Amino acid sequence: MSQTTTTKAPGGATGGAATVRPDRGGGPGLLAGPLGRNLGLVVGFVLLCVAGVVSAGDRFADVDNVVTILRAAAVTGVVSVGMTFVIIGGGIDLSVGAIVALSSVWATTLATQALAEDVHWVLMVGTALLVGAVCGLVNGVVIAYGKLVAFIATLAMLAAARGLAEIIANRRTQIVQDTSFISFFGGDVLGVPTLVILFALVAVAGWVLLNRTTFGRRTFAVGGNAEAARLAGIRVQRHTVMLYVLSGVTCGIAAVMLMARTTTGSSTHGTLLELDAIAAVVIGGTLLIGGRGTIVGTVIGVLIFTTLSNVFTLNDLSSSAQAVAKGVIIVVAVLLQQRVAAGTSRQRGLRGGGTPASTGTSIPGSPSGAPTPGAAAGPTA
Amino acid sequence: MSATKQRRFRRSMTTAVCAVGATALVSGCTGNTPEPVAAAASGGGQAATANDDPGETVRIGFSAPAADHGWMAGITEAARAEDERYEDVELVVAEGTNDVGAQISQVETFINDGVDAIVLLPFDGAAMTPVALKAMEAGIPVINVDREFSSPFAARATVLGDNYGMGVSAGTYVCSQLADKPDAIVAEIAGIDSLPLTQDRSKGFADALADCGLDVDNRVAAEFTVESGEEVAANLLQAAPQIDAIWNHDDDQGVGVLAAINNAGRSEFFMVGGAGSANAMRSIQADDSVLKATVIYPSTQAADGVRLARLIAQGKRLSDLVQVEIPRQIVLNAPVVTKDNVDQYLDSAFES
Repeated sequence: MSQTTTTKAPGGATGGAATVRPDRGGGPGLLAGPLGRNLGLVVGFVLLCVAGVVSAGDRFADVDNVVTILRAAAVTGVVSVGMTFVIIGGGIDLSVGAIVALSSVWATTLATQALAEDVHWVLMVGTALLVGAVCGLVNGVVIAYGKLVAFIATLAMLAAARGLAEIIANRRTQIVQDTSFISFFGGDVLGVPTLVILFALVAVAGWVLLNRTTFGRRTFAVGGNAEAARLAGIRVQRHTVMLYVLSGVTCGIAAVMLMARTTTGSSTHGTLLELDAIAAVVIGGTLLIGGRGTIVGTVIGVLIFTTLSNVFTLNDLSSSAQAVAKGVIIVVAVLLQQRVAAGTSRQRGLRGGGTPASTGTSIPGSPSGAPTPGAAAGPTA
Repeated sequence: MSATKQRRFRRSMTTAVCAVGATALVSGCTGNTPEPVAAAASGGGQAATANDDPGETVRIGFSAPAADHGWMAGITEAARAEDERYEDVELVVAEGTNDVGAQISQVETFINDGVDAIVLLPFDGAAMTPVALKAMEAGIPVINVDREFSSPFAARATVLGDNYGMGVSAGTYVCSQLADKPDAIVAEIAGIDSLPLTQDRSKGFADALADCGLDVDNRVAAEFTVESGEEVAANLLQAAPQIDAIWNHDDDQGVGVLAAINNAGRSEFFMVGGAGSANAMRSIQADDSVLKATVIYPSTQAADGVRLARLIAQGKRLSDLVQVEIPRQIVLNAPVVTKDNVDQYLDSAFES
């Protein structure tokens, strides 16, 4: 029995990475760029998995355990995909955790549930998505047209949305009564949990949207240089609003997933989720000032954190030690990427020049390996 | 959302509250019939004593942390219920806050107002000690609830739950169930690990287990929220393929823990909860999950604080004690609730 699990093990582990790989392999022309940028990340992730296999053996390299890791990554992952768009677009969304809480609470009020009982549980899903989208819309409008700094506007939403969630839920934990909702989202398709499939779908959709559509190119352009993007004919304000709505919708999806995972809606859902998401995005190689970033990096970033907490739990280590390790990983990952990035750009020739700043812009985070975000903006227009 | 739905929601809430109230009334009426023990244990349903007769009206200031989870919401709710219960009590409830600075200024306002007593559940006991001392020096008795001050002079009376005792109760129960399995696997899902109360609970649990030769094989820490409970439990179940017993410190996060257990399809163990939410107790009563018991950490301790404050301000004494004065410290018991005695505790449980 244990033998079968061990033989399965490598397959399972690579299966976890395989959800990521098609994304990266999707554009063979891109391979040189993203591979270089994500190399440090992939190495880190592999090291972590090796540590897991060495320390916990069968229990780590078990299909069930890989599924557990992926399920744990799903909620943060979906939010992080939305966050990647916002950050590439030059913004930040601190309110994701609070929006998740509000969406989950609103979708599980007695009123919504009673209505869903009469109609269909899709109504609960719709409510969650709608609430998320509206919150994102408010964020976007306040930032783009109200000219508020994104940090402040979403900080305000963070406070307000969670407060509203507490008022609606009356600080109670609301149990999801609809068993078909739970069994649909809590179930699996051919052994792959629905939540993981949802996460994969969101990640793939995010990748396509970012790398294969004008929307994605405009996102890079707006984040790289908003003024240049405006001059190039992009409606920057409207685009910014759309980015925050997108982030809000991913929060709605995450809320539905959390409702399925915990069978509840609660104003405490998504506590500090914003920090997990930002950390995953940043170690995934997305530039916090915008204009550069990848979905693949974000996905690996999320997987690193969930695998880390899994490995720590398997070895019965304290959560405090885990928090320390998390901090170290953030710093090491970013340092490593900067090294690798600097190395690849030097190999490529002197186009980027020597200073760190220009090295940063020369790295093709922009789609199709375009040399600089500015240049990317050109053809888009 | 439609107003009618909202109204229906409210109506069902009212019905629920009425039902609970009615139960309390019934047990209150039967309180003088041959089952005094059961009646005394069931929270609000005690028999009246001479102490309950209205005395001079007292104003009591009440301050507690933000009601951001079920237990803390239950604390404030129970305190307000005492305000309703006694016509000679005027409870001034400050907005719950997790900001120590804000809570200090609340107590200062109480002092300036000249209230007759202050019931204080500090967000941080040590940080609130100086302002409590100030109140005591101003001649206002302070009743400290749940989180102890760092100076014994800062409170006239202290009402404490027993965190160490919770661990001991849970551990003793686990021991009693696993008496014949010396190598049983015991797992623990703690609350926020940096809090002293979590450390006390874990220490009590480990001590009690050591008494019967068991130990904690797997330990994880969540954050008292449903989401964190689900997350750490999912990992824990992977870490330990075979478990005999789990103690989960908190019934709020327990909802998530149970979701993870159901999801993993595991049922070879039994689980003991903590805090004692109404949800958990109903599940124990129905006996429909691995949750077989929970250990109470009373959410009515601030209500006890209000009662003590009233007695102190009116110069009364605890009628069942010989002492003339109200005791300086009361440590509440942490009983184990199982299917057999759940009826006794369900009424005073908090809704999570």
